[in-house]
Amino acid sequence: MVEFLQFTLSGISFGMVYAAIALSLVLIWRGTRLLNFAQGGMAMFTTYVAYEVIRQTGSYWAGFVVALAAGLVLGAVAQLTVIRPTLGKPELNAVIITIGLLILLEGLAGIIYGGQFRSFPTAFSIIGLKAGSTPLGVSRFDVFVALAVLVTTLLLAVGFRYTTAGLRMRAAAFNANVARLSGIRVARVITVGWALAGLIGALAGVLVTPSTFLYPNSMDSIFVLGFTAAVIGGLDSPAGAVIGGLLLGVALSYAGGYLGSQGSNLTALVALGILVVVLMFRPDGIFSGARVRRV
Amino acid sequence: MRMQSSPRILGAALVTAVVIVFLSIKLDTFRDYQIAEIAVEVTAVAGLTVLTGLSGQISLGNGAFMAIGAYTTGLLLLHLSWPFIAVLVIAGLVTAAAGAVVGVAAARLRGPYLAGATLLLGVALPSVADAYQGTFGGDQGLNVVFTTPTFLGSTFPLTRWQAWVCSAVALVTLVLLANLGRSRVGRSWRAVRDDEVAAALAGVNVARSRVLAFVVSAACAGLAGALLAIITELVAPGAFTLTLSISLLTAAVIGGLGTLSGAVWGSLVIVLVPTYATDVATSHGLSTAVASNIPVAAYGVILILVMLLFPQGIAGAVRWFLGLFGLSSAPTWRRAPAPDAARPAALLAEPPETREKEGTQ
Repeated sequence: MVEFLQFTLSGISFGMVYAAIALSLVLIWRGTRLLNFAQGGMAMFTTYVAYEVIRQTGSYWAGFVVALAAGLVLGAVAQLTVIRPTLGKPELNAVIITIGLLILLEGLAGIIYGGQFRSFPTAFSIIGLKAGSTPLGVSRFDVFVALAVLVTTLLLAVGFRYTTAGLRMRAAAFNANVARLSGIRVARVITVGWALAGLIGALAGVLVTPSTFLYPNSMDSIFVLGFTAAVIGGLDSPAGAVIGGLLLGVALSYAGGYLGSQGSNLTALVALGILVVVLMFRPDGIFSGARVRRV
Repeated sequence: MRMQSSPRILGAALVTAVVIVFLSIKLDTFRDYQIAEIAVEVTAVAGLTVLTGLSGQISLGNGAFMAIGAYTTGLLLLHLSWPFIAVLVIAGLVTAAAGAVVGVAAARLRGPYLAGATLLLGVALPSVADAYQGTFGGDQGLNVVFTTPTFLGSTFPLTRWQAWVCSAVALVTLVLLANLGRSRVGRSWRAVRDDEVAAALAGVNVARSRVLAFVVSAACAGLAGALLAIITELVAPGAFTLTLSISLLTAAVIGGLGTLSGAVWGSLVIVLVPTYATDVATSHGLSTAVASNIPVAAYGVILILVMLLFPQGIAGAVRWFLGLFGLSSAPTWRRAPAPDAARPAALLAEPPETREKEGTQ
């Protein structure tokens, strides 16, 4: 029972990171119907930025804030420079460009920092918390990870729901042409979506890197799991992304915990199993609206 | 629509074979190894070109199928020491079966969901090797023993023999795929790609057609995996990363998804560019960390530029160039002139009816 609690809590902590990646993918998907394969690479790159700032200033929080800002800028710049020219072209063009961006960022990180694994600091202690004498399987930092993503998600939800900018974004995602007719600058809204996605990705990178180490491919596996979470939840639904991330995190934690070393090796396979089962019954993810398909 | 006649395909294959044999004798062992590498890449990329260009499905997991082919080869050579040709056939069949299983699941999925499922497959499968170290050798992998046949004499270089074997398999694969593309099966793939409803009304079994495309593509990847096993003489999970799957798709796109010649162009770029870029970087006195990463970054830039400036890929550029002199005879799978070679994988996005409904068109 104690084990179960520990696995659940640590699963939630990891699940929140997957949720953050999933959320950033959903933000871009809703705006442009595009999967951003560079999301993980962008998060890796902004984490290097944080690493450099922390090394220069010695302050974790300076690095944290700069990383988020860098994510915001990187997202907007990527959209404006290489993604916007593909508007109106076949979707695969944009997808390949995001893959190109991923490879470019990983190459640049390798050129600047080399391939070695670097440790990345945490904001709070990573010593396991205890309830009385029972270890909970999570640390103060894990709690911070979960809270940081949760707060960001709530802020986004409130922003989308109650602000004019949020209304514009929802309108543009719902129907771009009508939104354009109503005077919304859809192109600008899409850029803002990319910037926000870059920010959330950067957050995920800074939060997860202490447990993966920092190297040019460090976000690859996290990206794949975040992607899985987004697909499980349904790419159209921000709430689905978060719930998909949590489900995946907890399920993988149980697999790793109860199946022993075999389980941790098979993480990706367990994720694949979950994905296949979900898609068998809901080919568009759990939280997608019902949709008619021709064949 | 112009069609290439079967004798012409065979003729082209024979000429290429002669050229490769000639080159492999002229060039040194390192170049021979590169010929083999290119042949492996061509085999895998051609399968992906068929899947994406012809049947309009996408796979980010063909690296996993290569892993299946490679491990099948490794295990068979290790435990049963069968002749390589038999091993190759079995590897192709095993991978085709795996492709059928995935294809059945994939036939239900569209666009990003298909991309997601295949991506995860590409990441998940190699980790099986770590989980069952007894069978698959874990991180160290399996050693593969591959030698030149005795009738060639003991002085015949192994790399040349590897180049010959790989090129032969690649050429046979290309000829078979070219013929398949022109057959009833190829027509049904194109029909399903262009309009599912029309295809179904015309009596094409849409689901079966999609699954078959996956099977063919997986079998090609399996053959490529088997070849990779004998040229690297090692089967280890490190060879079958996400990067491999992505590089296959990249090669297909850089070359041009419209034609099999695109698969050849793309493979040449993917194998040769990194080598030259590293050579240039090292000769300018850059450190190895920088030198080994410059091609990676360059490769990302090339990918972005090709997509922004020349979305039909190299094959499209070559066709355009030949067309200037009225020479364009390259077989094409689409009705010329294709507006954008990458059209098929528009499937990465929403199915068209949703987009029309939402008016994002």
